[in-house]
Amino acid sequence: MINKTAYPKAWLFVLPVVVLVAFNAVMPLMTVVNYSVQETFGNNVFFWEGVKWYEEVLHSERFHASLLRQLAFTGIILAIEIPLGVAIALTMPTRGVWVSVCLVLMALPLLIPWNVVGAMWNIFALPDIGLLGQIINGMGFDYNFTQQPIAAWFTTILMDVWHWTSLVVLLAYAGLRSIPDAYYQAAKIDGASGWAVFRYIQLPKMKRVLTIAVLLRFMDSFMIYTEPFVLTGGGPGNATTFLSIDLVKVALGQFDLGPAAAMSLIYFLIVLLLSWVFYTLMMRTEEQ
Amino acid sequence: MARISLQNLRHSYLAAPKTEADWALKRMDMDWSDGGAYALLGPSGCGKTTLLSIISGLLMPSEGRVLFDGKDVTDVPPDRRNIAQVFQFPVVYDTMTVYDNLAFPLRNRGMAETDLDTKVREIAAMLDLDDMLKKRAAGLTADGKQKISLGRGLVRSDVNAILFDEPLTVIDPHLKWVLRSKLKELHQRIGTTMIYVTHDQTEALTFADQVVVMHEGTVVQIGTPVDLFERPKHTFVGHFIGSPGMNVLPCTLDGATPCFDGIPVPTKFPVHGNGGAERLEIGIRPEFVSFAENGIPVQIVRSSDAGHYQIVDLRHGEHVIKLLAPEGAALPTDTAHVRFDPAYTRIYADGWMME
Amino acid sequence: MRKVIWLAPTIYILFLMLPIYWLLNMSFKTTNEILSAFTLWPQDFTLDNYAKIFTDPTWYTGYFNSLTYVIMNTSISVTVALPAAYAFSRYRFLGDKHMFFWLLTNRMAPPAVFALPFFQLYSAVNLFDTHIAVALAHCLFNIPLAVWILEGFMSGVPKELDETAYVDGYPFWRFFLRIFLPTIAAGIGVAAFFCFMFSWVELLLAKTLTSVAAKPIAATMTRTASTAGYELGLLAAAGSLTIVPGAFVIYFVRNYIAKGFALGRV
Repeated sequence: MINKTAYPKAWLFVLPVVVLVAFNAVMPLMTVVNYSVQETFGNNVFFWEGVKWYEEVLHSERFHASLLRQLAFTGIILAIEIPLGVAIALTMPTRGVWVSVCLVLMALPLLIPWNVVGAMWNIFALPDIGLLGQIINGMGFDYNFTQQPIAAWFTTILMDVWHWTSLVVLLAYAGLRSIPDAYYQAAKIDGASGWAVFRYIQLPKMKRVLTIAVLLRFMDSFMIYTEPFVLTGGGPGNATTFLSIDLVKVALGQFDLGPAAAMSLIYFLIVLLLSWVFYTLMMRTEEQ
Repeated sequence: MARISLQNLRHSYLAAPKTEADWALKRMDMDWSDGGAYALLGPSGCGKTTLLSIISGLLMPSEGRVLFDGKDVTDVPPDRRNIAQVFQFPVVYDTMTVYDNLAFPLRNRGMAETDLDTKVREIAAMLDLDDMLKKRAAGLTADGKQKISLGRGLVRSDVNAILFDEPLTVIDPHLKWVLRSKLKELHQRIGTTMIYVTHDQTEALTFADQVVVMHEGTVVQIGTPVDLFERPKHTFVGHFIGSPGMNVLPCTLDGATPCFDGIPVPTKFPVHGNGGAERLEIGIRPEFVSFAENGIPVQIVRSSDAGHYQIVDLRHGEHVIKLLAPEGAALPTDTAHVRFDPAYTRIYADGWMME
Repeated sequence: MRKVIWLAPTIYILFLMLPIYWLLNMSFKTTNEILSAFTLWPQDFTLDNYAKIFTDPTWYTGYFNSLTYVIMNTSISVTVALPAAYAFSRYRFLGDKHMFFWLLTNRMAPPAVFALPFFQLYSAVNLFDTHIAVALAHCLFNIPLAVWILEGFMSGVPKELDETAYVDGYPFWRFFLRIFLPTIAAGIGVAAFFCFMFSWVELLLAKTLTSVAAKPIAATMTRTASTAGYELGLLAAAGSLTIVPGAFVIYFVRNYIAKGFALGRV
């Protein structure tokens, strides 16, 4: 660890960063806070409303519904992507030309613009002209994600798994590569089974990267907007309207500034809180 | 406990080795007797870790066989060869307690809990780990962790040999000698064959009964520490062992008398002509070089104080000769003469001692 | 078990390639064929969709716009992040820990929260519908990311390097540019890669802050889907083309990804 020297003037180094980020963060947030405690009937005339909007949002059934949908979605995503990503990382080649090939191909979904991901899956999953749609219907299921909520959830989740599991794979793979060979050799000599190697060597050594993976996937899936919006538009009906989609509908669609602003802040706070909880939990188990 | 034999062994890391240089281990035959304490000594890249890995079964040799007590184990994986290996940096299972770490190899082999409990406690006591059994392995210092690594090897009573791959590398210097003594003590107590790989001659010479010196994939000499010091069979051994190493000077033959730069250098040992060698050299340790009235004229370059003695650098023409003088002895100032003790003067043909 | 284990990544990669293949498949078909028949490869192979994109300004400017603001953002983010990361790595100053944490929380901000405020903010400073607007907006989450990654790499370089340079008489900026930066080149690569990636893929803010002049390709595509009523072939071609820059970038940094992941923050 570096022994840092005290240097008050270091602030100058950080200044450009602070300015740029604050411009984008502080001012808009202040605007949001401002709107969240006021009421307007247009013409830039505002009335103080205090916590009225917050109460309205927190009691609104619509908000509860999209929050629950969001929690369910994120929960399912994490439950699938983390184990799947780790499992694939364990099976990846460690030497030779195939390593590059695998890494490049796996990273591809991560660099596709999110709307293209949504559009691609839209075309892919349509029951009449999509490959996936045709296959599932061909297997005897009645599948149409534009009309059936279950199908819409299934498709959205499958799309997210397709899109983001590679991130977990790459992170887990990096963690695995950093384990020195000597550990595996010692385990061989100790007569450890494959499962024991995973449980006592690989998993503990991957704790750090897995924490990062879980945090990233939690945050990003909780804030997801574009892909499901392009895929299903939030439908059918409200079936896949997650928090971000709902918020944008309220803010940009209805221009209900007050409730939108209150909802924004509550949303932000939820993300911060849950991230902090996740982080502390994972750090605490590491210290034990 | 077993007698380990290596027959016709050769190893290359390349799929299709062509030249001699492609072989990491050149052809060798070796026997390690049961219960001996061996050191594998040599500089980095000389093949000692390769050799160790072949003995432990982590590496399959390109050619040759490995035998334990006469049984061919070349194809047998490490966990069935009954060897233990301690690595360069401590390998412990961080999430388990010290107790569980030591018990791990026994549990994997299906031993009953009551039986292994006695064994674990016995080994822990031997290694002074008994008051830490409940602690999580991750919390120990480096030397503690190395002890755990060692312990995991010792708990198995059927262990044929314990292999050490530069185990003291990450240990603090003042703890190194504690651990070294512990290892020696253990060897005397248990009597298992121990093979200790190192590039540090002090470690090798203090630990081992027999030292195997390796250089560029070949075993250059096997012998007791005294053997290696007084009768180095190869200039490399002379140079590598001892601090400072042996002086190696070019030699010509005047009839049957070796000469250095035309000056005759008497030796007690037989000199059989040139023997077709391309290069002849004289080897003499600084301990056996002394000032004299006449002999080889030299110039004093400098003298360094090394505690109980001084290392004097001398120069003859473009050759450097080192001499050891007692602490505080008066040294000639500018030029002098030196003579080599004939009882320790050796002639080397193409690096190998003439005998 | 050993031999068959490569089945797992193979199946996974096939799964990843499937939708992409389908997209490419569609891009070479006429909209007619797409809607009327279901075929695994184009019966009526056509390059018309791609031709349209390469010749119609409304389409190809979309790509240029996207690339422009992404490159702007990556340059800005990495450039300002470098001195800041250096400060966090080497110095203690008032509020440094809190500052670092605050930066990271911006990564946790849902873009949806900022959609409307950004719209108003950038309109207010007259930057609406410009490339720089999107580039600056993306700084919100890219700069913290760049600082975080770079700080990790910089902490791996011992302070002795800096001190040796000062003793040798190097003025600070010369040391920083000539000696320090080359040492962490892998880190700069990783940071630039991630900034590029997150800026290239983000749609919501990019769409909100632009309308015509700086319209990213993402927005052009959605317009096609809704107004012209499903010109699917064209949409597929446009989508396929957006994969190209990403593929290029990954290909060129493939060695650094493996190395960078292992070394730095992770």
